[in-house]
Amino acid sequence: MTATKKPESPAVAPEPWQAQNLGGIWRSYVAKVRGGDVGALPAVLGLLVLVIVFSILRPDTFTSELNFANLINQSAAVTVIAMGLVFVLLLGEIDLSAGFTGGTAAAVMGVVMTNHDQGWFISVLACIATGVVIGTCIGLLVARLGIPSFVVTLAAYLGLQGVMLEIIGEGGTIPFENESIRAITDKNLPVWLGWTLAAALVLGYAAVTYLRNARRRRAGLQHEPTLLWAIKTGSLAVIAVLFVGYLSRERSLNPAFKSLKGVPNSMVVILGLLLVLSFLLGRSAWGRHVYAVGGNAEAARRAGINVMWVKLSCFILCSSVAAIGGLLLAARNHSVSPQTGGNETLLYAVGAAVIGGTSLFGGKGRVVDAVIGGTVVAVIANGMGLLNQEPGVVYIVTGLVLLVAASVDAISRRRAAASGRA
Amino acid sequence: MTATASERAAAPSSGEPLLRLRGIQKSFGAVHVLRGIDLDVKAGEVTALVGDNGAGKSTLIKGIAGIHSFDEGEYVFDGRPVTVHNPKDASGLGIEVVYQDLALCDNLDVVHNMFLGRELRHRGLLDEDAMEKRARETLNGLSVRTLQSVRTKVASLSGGQRQTVAIARSVLWNSRLVILDEPTAALGVAQTEQVLLLVRRLADSGLGVILISHNLNDVFQVADDIAVLYLGQMVAQVRKDDVTSNQVVQLITTGSTGAEGASA
Ligand SMILES: Nc1ncnc2c1ncn2[C@@H]1O[C@H](COP(=O)(O)OP(=O)(O)OP(=O)(O)O)[C@@H](O)[C@H]1O
Ligand SMILES: [Mg+2]
Repeated sequence: MTATKKPESPAVAPEPWQAQNLGGIWRSYVAKVRGGDVGALPAVLGLLVLVIVFSILRPDTFTSELNFANLINQSAAVTVIAMGLVFVLLLGEIDLSAGFTGGTAAAVMGVVMTNHDQGWFISVLACIATGVVIGTCIGLLVARLGIPSFVVTLAAYLGLQGVMLEIIGEGGTIPFENESIRAITDKNLPVWLGWTLAAALVLGYAAVTYLRNARRRRAGLQHEPTLLWAIKTGSLAVIAVLFVGYLSRERSLNPAFKSLKGVPNSMVVILGLLLVLSFLLGRSAWGRHVYAVGGNAEAARRAGINVMWVKLSCFILCSSVAAIGGLLLAARNHSVSPQTGGNETLLYAVGAAVIGGTSLFGGKGRVVDAVIGGTVVAVIANGMGLLNQEPGVVYIVTGLVLLVAASVDAISRRRAAASGRA
Repeated sequence: MTATASERAAAPSSGEPLLRLRGIQKSFGAVHVLRGIDLDVKAGEVTALVGDNGAGKSTLIKGIAGIHSFDEGEYVFDGRPVTVHNPKDASGLGIEVVYQDLALCDNLDVVHNMFLGRELRHRGLLDEDAMEKRARETLNGLSVRTLQSVRTKVASLSGGQRQTVAIARSVLWNSRLVILDEPTAALGVAQTEQVLLLVRRLADSGLGVILISHNLNDVFQVADDIAVLYLGQMVAQVRKDDVTSNQVVQLITTGSTGAEGASA
């Protein structure tokens, strides 16, 4: 409400898309960032710096095709868990148990798959159902009883570890023998399919955004200038070509023995979840209500929004997505143990979401933040591993990066308050 | 907007008030807050609700809006006795409230705030274009010129602009009665003027308006009717032209005007 004292005239900032030439687009973008609306910019810049630094220090290992694909599979689980966490963070809540929710769901899945000989479909269903059940319990305690989510999920963090021990047995593991499940993190798409999906993605984006702009122009509403549309579509196309191109090269250490190329399957899981969850958050009334509850819960309540349901559904979604994350962890390790989803999983996931630009204060964030932040976290862990740094140093650096990201969040909030942007 | 305005103007029946309350009682536990309130609000008029801090103004309008229900009393809307137990009942009748704290989401833009909780959908998805168009039409219909873009985040608006958004939201729907709780409390002179003009325009377009205000200048500028609450009792509801500012001050502070006796 600092804006109250301001004079009336310049209160509304110029729309970013009013600019029609390159210079104008750039200037309005700079103004937006200066005003505190930094979005994923710090994370993207940080990612660039990290990649450049590691490429210089470890030119042959870090940038190798094999390591690139490895990085994607390494980051998949944390990124997926982070995507679910975004929904809870948007409410201004937290889920500390997301890692072990994934572990527990994977353990249940292991029991169904290995001990009861079920196929992948039933097993995956059991995995996600476990997430739904855990999310429902947490959500009801937070939304209905009003216990702070920090406490509820801290309790769940402990409790679920116990549940996993009970299911798996101390020191035990449940093997994941199913080939279809293992293929998610072990196998790749055929090269042609990778290119087809990339083309579909770029063309789909181009068509959807172009049609939207055309529709808005006809309706006399403000629309993205064609130039900006072209820049965005072009960048996406370039990134897609570089990505798929690099991943389509042979990366096996011994190609004669076993060929290794193509987009990793886990990346399809990430992209699929990214599209579905972003769509849900951005285009549905429910998604709008999530932002509203995170921005001002009382206003949402008075506007007739069922705040309790919105909260409950976010926790259910978070836990279900965490279950998929647990599945990826287990698939990569070929087994589930009482440590699956433990250690740094949860902290990396929260870190990923925050580093990507999701606010811990609620009301601000996107699903894609989790993917960008997840990549940053994975690059740090991977690159420092290649530099033969001790795990302790990796933890310290990751912790510092998270602190930096949280500071960027807090500072951009202050700036936003000062300049009147949210 | 003009079409709906003339519909509204045609709708109210002659003489019969849009909202009629009789003998309203409300207690919070042992605290007896409203003690037999009578209130009439006519369509096309601004009814000012005044009273000292703690007199029960907010309690009264929260009851009208269904935030809590009254313990006792008659609630007649548009000539029909109704029961209002929750905000949905009230908005179903066409009653909209602009709260003292506005209840806007800072992280959402003007359009999103105006349609919050009642988003327009097309095949199950948000219909952003339709919402943006209607938001603009509504703001234009209210002659709001201070907003350059309806896609600005509400956090970046001035106090007057935020108030405007909150008021525009209340008339987006087929509303019949708009209740404003101290809409000018935090505003400067120019912005107060704009909001008061807007309030007047609402009434002129045929809506019933209840205006809560501590500022008697504002009240005398826009109100047709003045209702005075004193310690949970309605001590007077009078035409603005029949009283002086001093009499109203006396009513607010002592519950009576002494000799002159303008109470009804
Ligand atoms: N939920 C509640 N529980 C108990 N007492 C309440 C509650 N709400 C209001 N009251 C009491 O009812 C009385 C009237 O409060 P109310 O908020 O309606 O006053 P008001 O006329 O709106 O005052 P103001 O001008 O300060 O806004 C006060 O004494 C208040 O303490
Ligand atoms: Mg009050």
